[in-house]
Amino acid sequence: MKRLLPVAPYLWLAAFVLLPCLITLKISLSSPATAQPPYLPVLDWSAGIDGWGAFLEALDFANFETLAGDSLYRDAALSSLLYAATATAILVILGTPVAHALARSPARLQPLLVALVIVPFWTSFLIRIYAWIAILKPEGLLNAGLLWTGLVARPLDILNTPAAVMIGLTYAYLPFMVLPLYAVLSRLDPALTEAAADLGASPARAFWTVTLPLARPGIAAGALLCFIPMVGEFIIPDLLGGSGTLMLGRVLWSEFFSNRDWPLASAVAVLLLVLIVGPIVLFRDAERERGGVGR
Amino acid sequence: MTAPNAVVPFLSLHRLTKTFGTHDAVADVSLDMPSGEILCLLGPSGCGKSTLLRLIAGFEAPTDGSIRLDGTDLTGLAPHRRPVNMMFQSYALFPHLSVAGNIAYGLKGLGRAAASARVEDLLRLVRLEEFGNRAPETLSGGQRQRVALARALAREPKVLLLDEPLGALDRGLREQTQGELRTIQRRLGTAFVIVTHDPSEAMALADRIGVMDRGRLVQIGRPETLYERPANRFVAGLLGDVNLIPGTVRDANGALVRVETALGPVLALGEGAPAAGAPAVIALRPERVGASAVDPKAAGDRNALHGHVETSTYLGDRIRLQIRMADGSTIRASLPAGAGIASGVPVRLSFAPEAATVMAA
Repeated sequence: MKRLLPVAPYLWLAAFVLLPCLITLKISLSSPATAQPPYLPVLDWSAGIDGWGAFLEALDFANFETLAGDSLYRDAALSSLLYAATATAILVILGTPVAHALARSPARLQPLLVALVIVPFWTSFLIRIYAWIAILKPEGLLNAGLLWTGLVARPLDILNTPAAVMIGLTYAYLPFMVLPLYAVLSRLDPALTEAAADLGASPARAFWTVTLPLARPGIAAGALLCFIPMVGEFIIPDLLGGSGTLMLGRVLWSEFFSNRDWPLASAVAVLLLVLIVGPIVLFRDAERERGGVGR
Repeated sequence: MTAPNAVVPFLSLHRLTKTFGTHDAVADVSLDMPSGEILCLLGPSGCGKSTLLRLIAGFEAPTDGSIRLDGTDLTGLAPHRRPVNMMFQSYALFPHLSVAGNIAYGLKGLGRAAASARVEDLLRLVRLEEFGNRAPETLSGGQRQRVALARALAREPKVLLLDEPLGALDRGLREQTQGELRTIQRRLGTAFVIVTHDPSEAMALADRIGVMDRGRLVQIGRPETLYERPANRFVAGLLGDVNLIPGTVRDANGALVRVETALGPVLALGEGAPAAGAPAVIALRPERVGASAVDPKAAGDRNALHGHVETSTYLGDRIRLQIRMADGSTIRASLPAGAGIASGVPVRLSFAPEAATVMAA
């Protein structure tokens, strides 16, 4: 038992992360079939080595050729990245002041305020996104308010547009940006900003030159935490974006459930994985490079 | 060089009060400070000395009172507009900037070439010429302390505020750094306000010491004045070991006051002594007490008290006696080595009236 403990995390990762990935990869290299399961080839364990040989020979890259050849998938991938990147940028801009205000609030109030940031998680994500439909639809709360104030003459078409997707993404992921940022900012020595002020820096300069650079790890963590799931987001574009919204999560869903093409859906999943791993590796390298300076 | 006797106000605090909730952190503090002086604010933790420093820096707004510096009123000014700089207890060095970057932070309006020349000068001043490109976290505690000092001096403040500047250093380094700090201050002529809880540090550094207790400035003066002529028990006890002999004031004879004590009449210096008939306490430093086994000829109006040596402790450079007096109280005496007296021997204590101070009880 004692000997097992050090390898336990690796076993866990192998069973619940690596194995599903490998299965997905395998299916993505298969061909669709009207069968149970709905793809071929299936590894025939009883055939031994020969079975493996036949299995490997039958694998093909047709699905990935489809992905590369059909502009639908390329456009979906690009638009997913664009949505996620834009929303991440908005979240950094919105989340930083919120986290900063949280970290600067009186120590007695902070646990309560942090709890308020987390409160939305007590309600189902799906229900909260449905609620946004009620807010954004032409006869919804937002338009009712705008019409009442006289700011607009006719209801705005927000629902089923990219703007609605951006609003949904920003709303849903704000806590994931605020919490890691707050964790970093609340640990900063308040004497650092005082020192900046003491050395003649206006509050704005102190924020840009001291607080923000030192909050970088929190911003980076929050950005990754938001960007990764947003690239593959399905519920928000499906409910708020309407049929015109092209995001990989929706494509994956329709290949899987509407077309029942498991291999192509798996290929989309593998593409998604590659798209997400890219930024993580870039981010890690950049951080390592920074860490090497002056250390 | 010593501080000028007449205080020309440069930094002037007038009836400064800072209240947190119902607690007076700083209560009605007024003090004047000439330029070029080292003033140490001394007191136990929570006495308000750090709050007073933060009021001068502008990190706290006073509840009442005003701060003037060199003819201008600083009271309502934001910290970044005050011509004072602070060296923080934690040093508060910016971890994302190099040593040179830290020192240059306050030199924004100076232009690139002038700023880097100034950084070079300051690095030389604190003997860290080789460390400009290093990150603060790679430096030792003593080196960081010097970076913090250089950074705080970069803008040529009119007053430098130092919050426990040597608090994070170990003993040997602290004494060496005290000397360096004084040398740098003498060379630049900048007024220093140093907050410390360590009486020996205050004695070593200060031109004047201001002793604070529960938000109030209880006494301010040169170290020798505070040591020899404490205003009350608190100051007397803070600055070193002291014998406190209670009694009643009999009569004042010029600067000297006669106090009736359980040990007999004692003549002592009493500028701030209470009126005749009032209870009083005599403060007497152990090293000002003479002790001999034989009856010395009474010389002039020296005070003479009788007791028995209870313990005699050899400390190398000094011998410490604990003497049980006739009324059961004890008096401590610190004698030069070689003047030892065995335990149990009857002893006669003597001290000049000038060695003792009468304070209000």
